[in-house]
Amino acid sequence: MRVGLVCPYAWDVPGGVQQHIGDLAEELLAAGHEVSVLAPCASEEGLPPHVVSAGGAVAVPYNGSVARLSFGPRAASRVRRWIRTGGFDVLHVHEPIAPSLAILACWAAEGPIAATFHTANTRSRAMAVSAGLLRTALEKVNGRIAVSEAARATLVGHLGGDAVLIPNGVAVRRYENSEPWPGWPGDGGVLGFLGRMDEPRKGLGVLLDAFNLLGRSRPGLRLLLAGPGEPAGVLARVDPDLRGRVLTTGRLSEADKVRAYRSVDVFCAPNLGGESFGMVLTEAMAAGAAVLASDIPAFQQVLGWGSAGALFRTGDPAALAHAAAELLDAPGRREALSRAARLAVGRYDWRLVAADVADVYETISPAGSGGVRVRADTGPRLPRAS
Amino acid sequence: MTAALAAAAAALVLTAWYLSWRAGRLDRLHARGDTARVALDAALSRRAAAARALAADLPAEPGRLLGSAAEGAARSSGTERELAESELSRVLRKAAAEPVPGGVPPAALAEVEAAAKRVLMARSFYNNVVAMTREARARRVVRVFRLAGRAPIPEFFEMDDEPPVFPPGRRKVDSR
Repeated sequence: MRVGLVCPYAWDVPGGVQQHIGDLAEELLAAGHEVSVLAPCASEEGLPPHVVSAGGAVAVPYNGSVARLSFGPRAASRVRRWIRTGGFDVLHVHEPIAPSLAILACWAAEGPIAATFHTANTRSRAMAVSAGLLRTALEKVNGRIAVSEAARATLVGHLGGDAVLIPNGVAVRRYENSEPWPGWPGDGGVLGFLGRMDEPRKGLGVLLDAFNLLGRSRPGLRLLLAGPGEPAGVLARVDPDLRGRVLTTGRLSEADKVRAYRSVDVFCAPNLGGESFGMVLTEAMAAGAAVLASDIPAFQQVLGWGSAGALFRTGDPAALAHAAAELLDAPGRREALSRAARLAVGRYDWRLVAADVADVYETISPAGSGGVRVRADTGPRLPRAS
Repeated sequence: MTAALAAAAAALVLTAWYLSWRAGRLDRLHARGDTARVALDAALSRRAAAARALAADLPAEPGRLLGSAAEGAARSSGTERELAESELSRVLRKAAAEPVPGGVPPAALAEVEAAAKRVLMARSFYNNVVAMTREARARRVVRVFRLAGRAPIPEFFEMDDEPPVFPPGRRKVDSR
């Protein structure tokens, strides 16, 4: 099958949606499909052969942060050219809820279109303002996919209708043979955290408070903080006597990220909520980490209600400290959790998830549907760039 | 005077263009609904066939029940079909919950699981188009100018499509 994937966000800026599309493309290629990804991109240099640039992106404030999107006559004409020359059986757009390549692709194309919705808790105003605009694009979508119950609820609440649930995949084969860094985790015990340090929702504060409680009675205990963000503000929250035992790495390369999960004794996910799915959690599970996570609904589900990772009461440092201490003192239990996690994460393996996505493609493009064409008739369309 | 005439003519042209655009949009929605319905019918037929094949591998009594439920689903039409397909879902779940001495060929189970998943997808997609079409047809501009023409209003397909869950031990040989 020839599949055209449309990414709304700049390919050269790291992000969850971009990674999702990159992994999906690789898995579809491995399964024998032909794939082309259209994405905003500042430069064509270093792009994988199956990624096509739609030109530079502009920063747009969206949903409480800044998204880098392409929208306008120039982008529209590139989308049309890509569709015309692509000869796709199916178009698969992602996050078609902001003015973006995804919306442009829906307008320009006629034929089987699948759409994946990633965002949970979108500010209603952002969606309400453009509801009429969205409708003209969403009418073209034949199959809707949501990556989580939260994303599905958001979609249903704002736009009505329904979507099938196909979770984010995790590239298990990249994680299953990961090795710890030499000498890690060492004897005194290491707690780990991965994620942005300056985003309160990630709950790093809860973990730091717990480390303050634990660190005094455990002289060898260390804390590894991996992820982008300014560490100075974070360290200020740690007991001055314990600061020397907190290691910050900044943003890790993909290869080091895989190893980081293996280099700690207990991997902590203290998120306070607002998490739609928990990619960090499934990655840690695939790497075989012993996971300790807050008991928000999304995490409970991924961790099989405690069978594939320990849970503690969300936002409670004492509960986190207590549960972490128990795990640190029980290597057998950590080993058992690691094994259970690797088993449980199997259902999020991209190999299975991509097969479900391919099922959607088949369902919306019955034999003889003729594939994706550029619309020839009139309609709301941006003027063509010369 | 001429200016007023020109403005009126322009307004008329614009209105006509807008109405034809709305009518075209609605027409394409109806076409998408037809395609989605074909996909749903295909998914339901596939599931009935898979259930019939599985019935042959079950012991006499549960096999007979599943076979007749699959037959009923395949033969029914109209609103009766929604009931018959729901009944098939229920019987499939019951069959999945009952252990079979000696197990069942994994290929038959895998086909039932895959087919049930497809039904879930196809029905969600079909009902989505129906919802959008019905919403579009309820708009005033569509009703006043009869933009829907004589196309029948599409109906939702309501059924219990909860798929069966076969425990791993139910297979004769592990399929992995």
